[in-house]
Amino acid sequence: MTRISRRTLLASTGAVAATSLLPQTALAADELTVGFIYVGPKDDFGYNQAHAEGAAAVKAMDGVKVVEEENVPETVDVQSSMESMINFDGVKLLFPTSFGYFDPHILDIAPKHEGVRFQHAAGLWSADKHPTNVGSYFGYIGMGQYLNGITAGHATKTKKIGFVAAKPIPQVLLNINSFLLGARQVDPEITCQVIFTGEWSLAVKEAEATNALADQGCDVITCHVDGPKVVMETAAARDALICGYHANQSPLAPEKYLTGAEWNWAGVYTGMVKTAMEGGTIDNFVRGGLADGFIKMSPLGPAVSDAARKQYDATKAKIMAGGFAAIKGPLKDNAGNVIAAAGQSFVEDDIALESMDYLVEGVIGSTS
Amino acid sequence: MDSTATRVPTLPGLAIWLPRLEAVAIPVAALIAGLAVFSLFLLALGNSPIEFFSLVFKAAFGTAFSWKNTLSRVAPLLFAGLCVALPARLGLVVIGGEGAIALGGLAAAVTGVWLASLPGVVGLPAMAFAAMAVGGLWIGLVGLLRIKRGVNETIASLLMAYIAIALMNHLVEGMFRDPASLNKPSTAPLADALRVGNMPIGIEVHWGFGVGTIACVLCWVLTDRTTIGFAARIAGDNVRAAQVQGLPVAKLIVGFTTLGGAMAGLAGFFEVAAIHGSANASLVVGYGYTGILVAFLARHNPLAIIPVAILLAGFEASSGLIQRRMDLPDATILVMQGIVFVMLLLSETLYGRIKFFRPELWEDPR
Repeated sequence: MTRISRRTLLASTGAVAATSLLPQTALAADELTVGFIYVGPKDDFGYNQAHAEGAAAVKAMDGVKVVEEENVPETVDVQSSMESMINFDGVKLLFPTSFGYFDPHILDIAPKHEGVRFQHAAGLWSADKHPTNVGSYFGYIGMGQYLNGITAGHATKTKKIGFVAAKPIPQVLLNINSFLLGARQVDPEITCQVIFTGEWSLAVKEAEATNALADQGCDVITCHVDGPKVVMETAAARDALICGYHANQSPLAPEKYLTGAEWNWAGVYTGMVKTAMEGGTIDNFVRGGLADGFIKMSPLGPAVSDAARKQYDATKAKIMAGGFAAIKGPLKDNAGNVIAAAGQSFVEDDIALESMDYLVEGVIGSTS
Repeated sequence: MDSTATRVPTLPGLAIWLPRLEAVAIPVAALIAGLAVFSLFLLALGNSPIEFFSLVFKAAFGTAFSWKNTLSRVAPLLFAGLCVALPARLGLVVIGGEGAIALGGLAAAVTGVWLASLPGVVGLPAMAFAAMAVGGLWIGLVGLLRIKRGVNETIASLLMAYIAIALMNHLVEGMFRDPASLNKPSTAPLADALRVGNMPIGIEVHWGFGVGTIACVLCWVLTDRTTIGFAARIAGDNVRAAQVQGLPVAKLIVGFTTLGGAMAGLAGFFEVAAIHGSANASLVVGYGYTGILVAFLARHNPLAIIPVAILLAGFEASSGLIQRRMDLPDATILVMQGIVFVMLLLSETLYGRIKFFRPELWEDPR
């Protein structure tokens, strides 16, 4: 017997009233609403554009509605954006894509919305500390910089290549080291000059750094900043060749563009959304590399020689086969400390790479 | 002359209230004019202003969640607004509050790590004090440069903000870095006892809002109800006259800039203790610059900062829904703020020119 008390009656009529106030878009029967939040502009030719391209692929799926917000800072703003999407748009699956959204913001909001899934781009989720409606995903893009390095190694005439980097954190250091080690597969005398700008997005300093690299004779330049547009255009204007990062920057300078290490979020996101729509559970912790379709390479540009193409294809095939290590012994850092003894190697998913704090021998620059 | 002398005593209420009404009516009119111009901008883009403003209202003030969304953004705007408004009473345009927020937040976080074992009752005031001391010192230095070396305070505060941000980044990435914060360098996380919680008002808004509101009221008492505030206003209106009268202009300048900096430091304290739990680059997101807009919209009246900050926070709270529903870029809200700001600056020229608000000018044409 169900007894209707005044309280339950009030609660249920209240609920009905509340539902009727909800925006009509929120509750179409089988439609899944997915929210994407970016820290910068969607068309930055970089980190955010890579995610927005993934969102665009999700948007093209049947029965899915996508809502997006750009330029959301890693403050209470992102907490509000997430809850606003949940409350006003009925979002059930969220992709807050910036690294700094996780702690404390997603961790604050997720426990309050158990029916909503929060998917965060980075490898921060851990089963014993974090809510189960939160998940992490990320890609081993360092290997893409290694392939970039191979094309750079063939293209450089001065044997100096350059890297404009945001901050000396493990992910960035791995990219710098991979870029140089790729180039050294071609010629072990190549050096890589790195300049840190100190910020993820600081156009003036990025342009200054690129010019400084060109002044020092670096003739192939790549970067790891949120939006590589400034670096790419400045380098091309200085007649240097360029390797892309995050997204495909070849439209900015098609003749100068060798190749680029890109995220392949379209495949990852459509896969996750499909799982969610079929009522399945998205794994809380997923990572993958080139072979898993988490990252991809831009098509090779016209400045890539046949010899370069050959070595690039061969190395790419080895990476696709699995077990390939870019960081392997004998290897020293640029202060002379031994990183890996002969025979020792770190495959891309090795946990030791995630606390990298060194620049390898041949990289000119310092982490502090 | 005669007619004024005879008229004013017969209208004591009006004589007092009309000039005050002017101080409200002109900014409100400027706000409405700004929104009208912005509506033209929307129309030119083929968007409906009615849809826009109803979405803004819904997202900012329409539901309980909207209020939470709005009010949770207010705290840093209150403090950053005070950092501009207080020195402005002395005629100083200080625009570098961003630096004091960054360093204040860092000081709070470092103090919190240092005092990790203390209970919140002791630890939190210590953190707040550290934030105020560092923020006050930073902006106070701007005042000192002004009186000792005649350095323009606007330029000095702006440039010092760059130094402050670089210093904060350097310390967060070096000396005070938590080794566990690999890919986002931060100070070590604060103990739970040293976190600021929500106010007991039914919606989740942290104490920064309450403390900020009280700070605005107290600053208003200081500027508008004490002799110190009166002296500051005289010095702001005419510094030579103030000096001739023997007012301690130098002390006032250092005092007000220091107090303004201390307020900005508190903004950093609440960001760290209520939101982030540690100091990192997320402290530098432009609150100090939005504070300039807040203070100018409030005409440097600390009391008026409260409604203005809530209004601006509401605009920002609605930015997301505007992006999602109308497919307008994120910059739309910035364009609106910019137009309103320009209108407001233009409206400054209207003060004292509208006869309606000046009963003493209501003379019969002869």
